[in-house]
Amino acid sequence: MTIPLTVNGRQHAVAADPGTPLLYVLRNDLQLNGAKFGCGLGQCGACTVIVDDKPVFSCLAPVGALTGRAIRTVESLGSAAQPGPLQAAFIAHQAAQCGYCIAGMLMRAQALLERNPHPTETEIRRHMEPNLCRCGTHHRILAAIGAVAKQGQP
Amino acid sequence: MRRLASRRTLRLAGAAALAVAALTGALYWWTRAAPIAPLASLPPAPSSTALAAGARIVALGDCMVCHSAKEGAPYAGGLGLVTPFGTIYSTNITPDPATGIGRWSLPAFKRALREGASRDGHLLYPAFPYIHYTRMTDADIALAYGYLMTRTPVQVRQPENDLPLPLKMRPMLAFWNALYLRPGPAPAPAAETLETPAARGRYLVDTLGHCASCHSGLNLIGGERHPPFQGGTIDGWHAPALTRLAQEPNPWTRDELAAYLRGGLSPAHGAAKGPMRPVTERLASVPRADVEAIASYLMTIQAPAAAAAPAPPPAAPNSIAQGAALFGAACAGCHAASAPMMALAGRPALARSSALTGATATNFVQTVLGGIPWEHGSAVYMPPFAATLDDQQVAALAAYLRHGAGQPAWPDVPTTSATLRKELQP
Repeated sequence: MTIPLTVNGRQHAVAADPGTPLLYVLRNDLQLNGAKFGCGLGQCGACTVIVDDKPVFSCLAPVGALTGRAIRTVESLGSAAQPGPLQAAFIAHQAAQCGYCIAGMLMRAQALLERNPHPTETEIRRHMEPNLCRCGTHHRILAAIGAVAKQGQP
Repeated sequence: MRRLASRRTLRLAGAAALAVAALTGALYWWTRAAPIAPLASLPPAPSSTALAAGARIVALGDCMVCHSAKEGAPYAGGLGLVTPFGTIYSTNITPDPATGIGRWSLPAFKRALREGASRDGHLLYPAFPYIHYTRMTDADIALAYGYLMTRTPVQVRQPENDLPLPLKMRPMLAFWNALYLRPGPAPAPAAETLETPAARGRYLVDTLGHCASCHSGLNLIGGERHPPFQGGTIDGWHAPALTRLAQEPNPWTRDELAAYLRGGLSPAHGAAKGPMRPVTERLASVPRADVEAIASYLMTIQAPAAAAAPAPPPAAPNSIAQGAALFGAACAGCHAASAPMMALAGRPALARSSALTGATATNFVQTVLGGIPWEHGSAVYMPPFAATLDDQQVAALAAYLRHGAGQPAWPDVPTTSATLRKELQP
């Protein structure tokens, strides 16, 4: 079955079962390897992408449910050469240790900053709560998001 | 001539205003209970045995569920109770002298529970279930008082209630109380009857647990419907009828109810969700005999099986197929029979879940949209799907799962989903 998908502003037609998780299509069919497979149960957030301005666990999002909706992955925020403001803040604060959770952290934070450019520390913590970091760099992650929240330019 | 008429109208209006003011004033003085003298200092701490007994009463009374806000200190209040009349913020019941109940004597505390009046005499809103607590025994009231007066005092003034003007006038509550409050403890039952679990369970259900507050439903003026326990709506969730537990498609037994009440998880029915979840978290700390007593009593109020209603038409096959595909990606990782959570952790099949076998789609849709949040270190968690699935997709999932559970399709799930989605937090 061919499923039309809009990812990072580009139209794709992927051959997949409608019950395939979006994460598999992103990584295997579209070679967008930013989002990671962590738990596959919606408990860790490593696979978080943005769908229609909201953070979504892509490991639990059926591609058949996403036709006509705007999907964005970490690749849309910037590149290694030209990182976006949030990515630059993560680099400046050295927020990544192993880095496995970071794409998900970035996308969840991005969704918050687009909805609310100046969230408080409490709002940031509450919003980021579903995403876990096994290395324990949460303080640096929160500091990086907080820095962008002060500038107000996600 | 016209001027004369207008002067007369003015005079009449003035007289009417005066009369209303006089009546309101009279009502105020008539209903205002006398203030009870403040305590100069906190009462002496009770013995450790009395403290433990008090903790049990406070847990059975669910005080903390309403009197603690999500990110606030325990018992400091501030939880916004959204009622059809407006938002009422729970009060600070820590022993802070300025903003809590630190100046309350035992008689003042007892009067609040028995008559719904504050220490200074103003009437409390019936969101506080004094119509149930009024039947608490004197001994239980004293134990609860001793426990609350030894909590950590927190100085915090909670937000003003957000109610329309007429309801801000607390003397009006006297009329409500005349209709619904029967003050004072019930005549003490003979000691031997209280020893039966069902008699104790009745006291826990009707008095401390105030189960009817949610499970009876409310009428237009916020009174509990009669007969009680026929089911109600709270915070957008369906509080099931407690008189039909034994005749549901997947009937409850006393032991399953006790396990559910105490641990929030029944191996035969699934997890407690929505407003019931915090209730089970409090009941987790009481002795097993108490939840068994509650379950025993509930088993005595079961209605005889009703004649089966004509089954609504089954769901369209194409929405069942669509639901199957959505289930494969969104749900199967945890809920498929082969998933580790099912095979190893012994979670009940979805087909047994009360949210799925219920008469309405409300609790199923709430669970899918909002998930089961990870709060208070809870062992039960489900991610939310509101941002993943639209209303029609939620309905397809319902069609597939109801079909698999051998249940008739729910009518109009997309509308239920659209309505409940509006009330979700952003």
